[in-house]
This record gives sequence, C-alpha cells and structure tokens, in this order.
Amino acid sequence: MNPSHSPIPISALPVKAEVRDFNFHYGAFHALKDITMPLCERKVTALIGPSGCGKSTLLRSFNRMHDLYAGNRYGGEIILHPDQTNLLDPRVDPIEVRMRLSMVFQKPNPFPKSIYENVIYGQRVRGVTKRSLLDDKAEEALRAAALWNEVKHRLHDMAFALSGGQQQRLCIARALATDPEILLFDEPTSALDPIVTASIEELITELKEKVTILIVTHNMQQAARVSDFTAYMYLGELIEFGYTDEIFIKPRDKRTEDYITGRFG
Amino acid sequence: MQPPAPSDVALIRADITRRKRWDLLFGLLGVLALALGLMTITALFVNMLIDGWARLTPEFFTNFPSRRAGQAGILSAWVGSLLVMLVTASVAVPLGVAAGIWLEEYAPKHWLTDVIEININNLAGVPSIIYGLLALGLFVYGFGLGQSIRTAGLTLALLILPMIIVATREAIRGIPQSIREGAYALGATRWQMVKHHLLPYSMPGIFTGVIIGMARAIGETAPIITIGALTFIAFLPPAPVTATPPFINFDWLPAPFTVMPIQIFNWTSRPEAAFQQNAAAAGVILVAMTLFMNGLAIWLRYRLRKNIKW
Repeated sequence: MNPSHSPIPISALPVKAEVRDFNFHYGAFHALKDITMPLCERKVTALIGPSGCGKSTLLRSFNRMHDLYAGNRYGGEIILHPDQTNLLDPRVDPIEVRMRLSMVFQKPNPFPKSIYENVIYGQRVRGVTKRSLLDDKAEEALRAAALWNEVKHRLHDMAFALSGGQQQRLCIARALATDPEILLFDEPTSALDPIVTASIEELITELKEKVTILIVTHNMQQAARVSDFTAYMYLGELIEFGYTDEIFIKPRDKRTEDYITGRFG
Repeated sequence: MQPPAPSDVALIRADITRRKRWDLLFGLLGVLALALGLMTITALFVNMLIDGWARLTPEFFTNFPSRRAGQAGILSAWVGSLLVMLVTASVAVPLGVAAGIWLEEYAPKHWLTDVIEININNLAGVPSIIYGLLALGLFVYGFGLGQSIRTAGLTLALLILPMIIVATREAIRGIPQSIREGAYALGATRWQMVKHHLLPYSMPGIFTGVIIGMARAIGETAPIITIGALTFIAFLPPAPVTATPPFINFDWLPAPFTVMPIQIFNWTSRPEAAFQQNAAAAGVILVAMTLFMNGLAIWLRYRLRKNIKW
C-alpha cells in the first residue's frame, strides 16, 4: 500500500461493468439500497462489511442467482461492457448471464464426479463433445488454477478425494474453463485454513491479469491484500467506494473507519 | 462456590442410583417389546417353513396348479407375479420419478402444489382394495383392458406410485443446494441440472423406494382379487422374449394370469391338509422374494452411496 502516490481517477479507468441504482428486496425486506459502483477491467474489487450488510446479495445479483428463488425482487441495472448488456434485464436470459460470468462459492462445491468432469462441466453444458478440445480446456484451466501438477496423473479420480484447498482450486478451474468475463468470488476462503487461504489469495492476484474479479470477503486483511478497489457496505447501503489503499489508510466516512479499525463488525 | 461436603456426595450418589432404576426398567421393557414382536414373526415364518418344507422341491416351481396337491406347483403364479411386476415397474418408475422431480424442482410453490403434496401423502395410506375397485371400474370396464396382466400391473403401479414419488422427492431434497447453484452458475439449463446432477445423485434413494414399493406390490392380494385374477390357471402367457426377431412381443399383456398371493389364498381355502402344505411352501417363497428385494435395496443404497458424501 502506498498512499503517497496520486492515483489515476477511477472514472478514467476502463470499466468492465457498472452497477446503477440497484435495489433488492427479500420479500418485504429492503436488502440493498440504491447501489451504484463500477467494476474496473482486470482489477480486483472487494466487497466488505459486517454480516448482513448485503455484500453477498450484491455479488449473487451479478449472475442472477436470485432468480432461482421465489420472493426476491430487484430493480436497477448492472451494465456489462463493452456491449452494454443489462444483466438484470428480464429479457436477458439468466443462462446467458451465467455463461459470461463465473462464480466460486463460499464452500467448495465440486460435483460428485471425476476431477476432469468437474473442470469441463461448463463445456459439457455448452454441448462441446470433442475430446481434444475438452482435454485442452481442462489442462488450461487446471494450470491457471495452479492445480495441474497435483492432479494431472489422476484426472479421473473422484473430486471428493481432493483436500479442501484443492477442491476450492478445482472449483476455480471449473469457473475459469468457461472463459468468463468476470469472476465472482463469494467468500472463497472462509471454509479453508490460513495456509490454503494464502495460496488462493496468490491465485486471485495472478488471475486478474486475465479476468475482472469481484470478491466478497469478511476478512479485511484479505481485502487489503488482494484487491485494487474496495466497497464498504453497511445495512444495505454502499457507504464508500475507492482505491483499497485509500479506504484502508484514510477512509472518508466515519462508519468505514469504525469498521476498518475493528470498532465493530 | 464451596466444594460439596462428603455427606452431600453420598446423597448425590444415592439419588443417581434411585433414578437409574427407572433407566434399567425401561431398558428391560424395551427389549421385551422388541422380542415379543420379533419372536411372533419368527415363529410364524418357522411354522410356515416346517409345514411347507417337504414341498420345496424343484418340481414345485415347474408344475402348474393341479387338483392333486402332490403334483401342484406355482409355475403360473411366479411367472404371473414376475410379469405383473414388470408392467408395474415400467409404468410406476418413470411416472413416479418424473412427478417427484417436477414437484420438487419445477412446480411453483403455491396453494395448489400444497394441496397436491398433501394428497400424495394421503394416497400412500389409501387401503389397497380401494385401488382394486378403482381399477375394476376404470381399467377393466372403462378402458376394456380385461382381467389381464396389464390391468394388474397398472393397478399395482397406481398403488406404489405415491411411494415412488415420495422416495424421489426425498432423495432429491437430500442433494445440497450448493450443487444446484454450482451447475446453474456454469450456465446449465434446468433440465441439464436435473439430468447431469439430480438424477444420478438421487439414484440410490430412488432405487430403494422403487424396490420397497415393488416388495409391497408383489404381496398385494386384495386389489388383484378385486380386478378378477383367475385362481386356477394351467398355462403360461406368451413369452415376452422370443427367439426370432423382433425378439420382444407384447401378446402376454392381455393374457389372463394368477399371482403368488392369490395362489396361496386359493390353496389356503381348500380343506385338504396337503393343500395347506402347498400354501405354506408358496408363502415361504413369497416371503423370501420380499426379503430378497428389501436386502437388494439396502445393498444398492450402500453401494451407490459410497462415492457420494456431502
């Protein structure tokens, strides 16, 4: 972190996606209020805030996970650049959205299938059957997720045979194998030990060379370590958004400062 | 807090001893209750085994029923049971599994699906003779399917349909939501999610439900009597598998038939002791068939679940 340099204004950076006036209701509960924020291209943006602040709800709105459950209502826009598609438009099929954005979940959720079948599942649903194509995809994704060397000799073993950290990297490989434009991470290390967490964080830092990343974390140190931008959320509102360095060194809002300094949370 | 005085410790121990007497008493009562139930069943089965032992010969399986008890066998009955089960399984399994999946994954959650859900659970408790009456009116007279293997198979399929639906739903419900979300997040359609994940992972549970349903169906007597199965039948229906192309024929579907429980019922109602022996022997075989099916269900569940742990 280097607060002394004067960074380029965020508005001057290339933008991959924009959240505009986003509101979300779980039944009668107004969970997210007028969220507006950008997602800069090939950067890591972290969503932080105390439990229940709505950060996971916001993340899951990006790939329309909320459409799977009754009683969820939302309004506003999430514009995906460069084609200006509004991901939340009811005329846009959630399947299209999920084919362009990938997600890694809180707990590793490999399918009870082989390592290979897990990685190429995204290609399977797209109807790809050519063996050489699938093999290449599997290797590429497993390499990108730093798992290839550990599993290359046992691609057809069950995914459950892997350790927790390997399972989560398998899930990352599975998410990468569909060449997503944005990678969504929903507290990807909260079920893992510190050493494994460090390896996943390193991986996230490497991945931003290729893909735009949005990560929810309740670990502030993690946000400070991996992200370029941080959004602090509280009670469904976006309190502050900016360069991670600035948020952590000199937050503009008193509530952000209280949370960062551990006064609550 | 003060440590308890030695006298208090003695009091505590006496109190524990007094209260634990009830523990012991209930333990004994429980064992007694269990033994009473198990022993009754065992006694009945052993009694049947002793009565029928002499008749459990290979010829018993290959002979048709006869007026002479010594020459009578269960050929038409076990073949009939087998064919009826074939119809039952091929109708009830696809219908039950599809209905279960629809209710669990596709159905919108509102009052109508609630009503359907309650009624499916109720259907599992409807006395089987009611299904027989329904089948007599609908299949035999309404559709003109006759007193045939297909009518019996359809009737028993209706009977076990709720069981299969419930088993399917429970098996599907056991699959964690994270698996569904994982598949959807990669762009799967609902059907791809069902076909690639829900169906394969719920197979052990569905199999178990199907086999237990079949074990129930194979012993059902009342609905089969109601639709009018023959009790004395000295010929076999046409074979479903043939030596010449197309190798499969369906002429057996409209054939008259008998099944194991009806054969037993028929022999039991005869006054001669020799026929009682036949009934006992056939009873042993029927019990063995259901035990085998239940055992198969347990084994399959164990085998198939081994690779899946959430």
